Amino acid sequence: MTTTTELMPYDEALARFDPVLGLEVHVELNTVSKMFCGCPTEFGAEPNTQVCPTCLGLPGALPVLNGKAVEAAIRIGLALNCSIAEWCRFARKNYFYPDMPKNFQTSQYDEPIAFDGWTEVTVPNEDGDGEPFRVEIERAHMEEDTGKSLHVGGSTGRIHGADYSLLDYNRAGVPLIEIVTKPVEGAGEKAPEVARAYVAQLRDLLLALGVSDVRMEQGSLRCDVNLSLRPDPSAELGTRSETKNVNSLRSVERAVRYEVTRQAARLSAGDKVVQETRHWHEDTGVTTSGRSKEQAEDYRYFPEPDLVPIAPSREWVEELRGTLPEPPREHRARLQAEWEFSELEMRDVVGAGALSSVEQTVAAGASPQLAKKWWLSELARRANETGVEITALPITPEQVAGVQALVDAGRVNDKLARQVFDGVLAGEGSPEEVVAARGLEVVSDDSALGAAVDRAIEANPDIAAKIRDGKQAAAGALIGAVMKEMRGQADAARVRELILERLS
Amino acid sequence: MPTDAHGHDPAITRDEVAHLAHLARIDLTEAELDHLAPQLAEILDSIASIREVAADDIPPTSHSVPLTNVFRADEVRPGLSAADALAGAPECEQQRFRVPRILGEEA
Repeated sequence: MTTTTELMPYDEALARFDPVLGLEVHVELNTVSKMFCGCPTEFGAEPNTQVCPTCLGLPGALPVLNGKAVEAAIRIGLALNCSIAEWCRFARKNYFYPDMPKNFQTSQYDEPIAFDGWTEVTVPNEDGDGEPFRVEIERAHMEEDTGKSLHVGGSTGRIHGADYSLLDYNRAGVPLIEIVTKPVEGAGEKAPEVARAYVAQLRDLLLALGVSDVRMEQGSLRCDVNLSLRPDPSAELGTRSETKNVNSLRSVERAVRYEVTRQAARLSAGDKVVQETRHWHEDTGVTTSGRSKEQAEDYRYFPEPDLVPIAPSREWVEELRGTLPEPPREHRARLQAEWEFSELEMRDVVGAGALSSVEQTVAAGASPQLAKKWWLSELARRANETGVEITALPITPEQVAGVQALVDAGRVNDKLARQVFDGVLAGEGSPEEVVAARGLEVVSDDSALGAAVDRAIEANPDIAAKIRDGKQAAAGALIGAVMKEMRGQADAARVRELILERLS
Repeated sequence: MPTDAHGHDPAITRDEVAHLAHLARIDLTEAELDHLAPQLAEILDSIASIREVAADDIPPTSHSVPLTNVFRADEVRPGLSAADALAGAPECEQQRFRVPRILGEEA
C-alpha cells in the first residue's frame, strides 16, 4: 500500500452514522457429484482430475441437473422460512473470465428457487443476555462454483503483475447455493455482532440440515459482506462496498467493523464511498480496493436453454419440510435446558462457534460439562494458536468423546489427555492409537506403583515420619515424587492409597 | 435518434450493437458496425412480428418442449483423465490450463 487509509474510531463512527449490512453467503453442497454432470466433488484432488466435457464446456456437452442439489436448495429455503418457487429456471450469466470454461456461469437470475424468508439470530446485549435479531432473507438460488486460478509471476502472487494464470477446473460445476439477505437495518453498533451471529447460525443450520460440510477455511462456506453508512436511520441507503471472501466468523465481524471505520472517515472528510468490491486481508485485518463497480455489470442473463424449468410440486415441498431440523433458537434453548447450562455458559459455547461440536461430543457419550471443557479450553486454545475455526481442527467430536472416555475409565488423567489431543491433532490416529503409540496410559498396576512408592518413602524419611504421625496432608509431597518418577503416568488416587497403606 | 428505412426507431441502435460487441469480445470496425447494426435491427423487427399473433393467453416460453423437473441421481460417473482434459489446451503447466494474464478484472 502506498497510501494510508484514514479510519474513524468505531464509537465515533457509530455516533455519526447508521450502518446497513447485506450478507451474501455461498455454500458448496456436499453432493457426491457436480451440479450438472457426474464428476466427483471431493476437495483436494489432483488438478483437473474431476472434469468432463460438460464442466469443461466442450462443444456438444449437455448439462443434466442433480436432483439431490435441488432437494438441498429447497430444504435450505424452507429452513430460512422462504417461499419456494412453484416454477423457476436457470439462467446463463455471461462473462469472460477463465474461471468458467463455458464463458458463462449457470445460475438463477430473476427466478430463484427460494425467496422472501427470514431467520432470527441471537446477539449478546450489555447485560450478557441473548437478544433476538431478525434478518430478512431476499433469496436463495442455485448455481455452480467456478474453477480455481493460480496466478504465476509478479511479486505478490496476486493477479496484478502476474505473467499468466493456471486453471484447475475440479471445482467448476460444484453445486452452490447463494443466500442473500435483504438490507439488514437497525443493527446499529451491533452490526459486526449481527453479521457474525448470522453467519454462525447459517453454518450451524446448514450443518444440521446435512447439506454441506460448511468448512469456511476450505471455502465450502464463503461470505461477502456489503456495508453502507447513512447519516441516520431515516435517510436513504448510502453507497455500499462489497468485501469479498471473508472466510472466518471472526473475520466477518472484523471486516464489518473495519468498513464502518473506513467509510465513516471518508464521509466525514467530504469524500464519497466508492461502489466497489474490496479484498479482505486476514493477516492485517484491513480491506483494500478491488474492482470498481461504477459501471453496472452487464451479464446478459437469459434463460438456460439446455435445462428445463424446475416446478417443485407442493407435495414434494411439504415432504421436504417434514425433514427439517429444529429451528436454531428452539434448538439452542432445548440444548441449554438439557445440558443445564447457564445463559453465560451457553453464550460462551455459541460464541466460540462450538455449539455443534459440543452437541456431537455429548451425543458421542461425553457429559455436557466435560464436552464444553475440552472444546472451550484445550481445543479453543489450539484453534486460536493455529488461526483456524474450532470446527476446522483435525479432530472429530467422537474423538473428543473418546479422550474423555479414557479419562472416565481412569486410563489417562487430564494431563495425559492433553498429550492424547496433541497426538490426535498431529494425525497419529484415534485416541486409543495415540495412547498405545505414545505409551500414555496411566500406571495403576500395584507392583510398578508399589516399587516407586517404596523408593519415594526411602528418599523422604522426614515426610514419611510425618505421615506415620497422622499428618495425611503430607502425603501430597510423596505423591508428587512418585508422579515425577512415573513421568505423570501414575494413577494419583491409587498412589495415595498405597502410601497411606504403607505408612499407617 | 436515427430511424430505419421505414421511418421507425430501429429495434436496436448502433451504439447498443457496439456495446454488445464489446461485451461479447467481438472486435468490429466502424464500417462493420455501419453495415451490421441495421441488419440486426431488421432481424429483430422480423422476429417481433410474432407479437402480432401471440395473444394474451399465450405465455412467453424459453423452451420448445413442455417438460419440467428433469433430474439425475447424485452419482459419480467417470469423466476425463487430466491428460485427456488438457489434450486440447493451447498451453498447460503443472497439470493446469495455462491462460494469458487477465487484465482489468480481479479474481
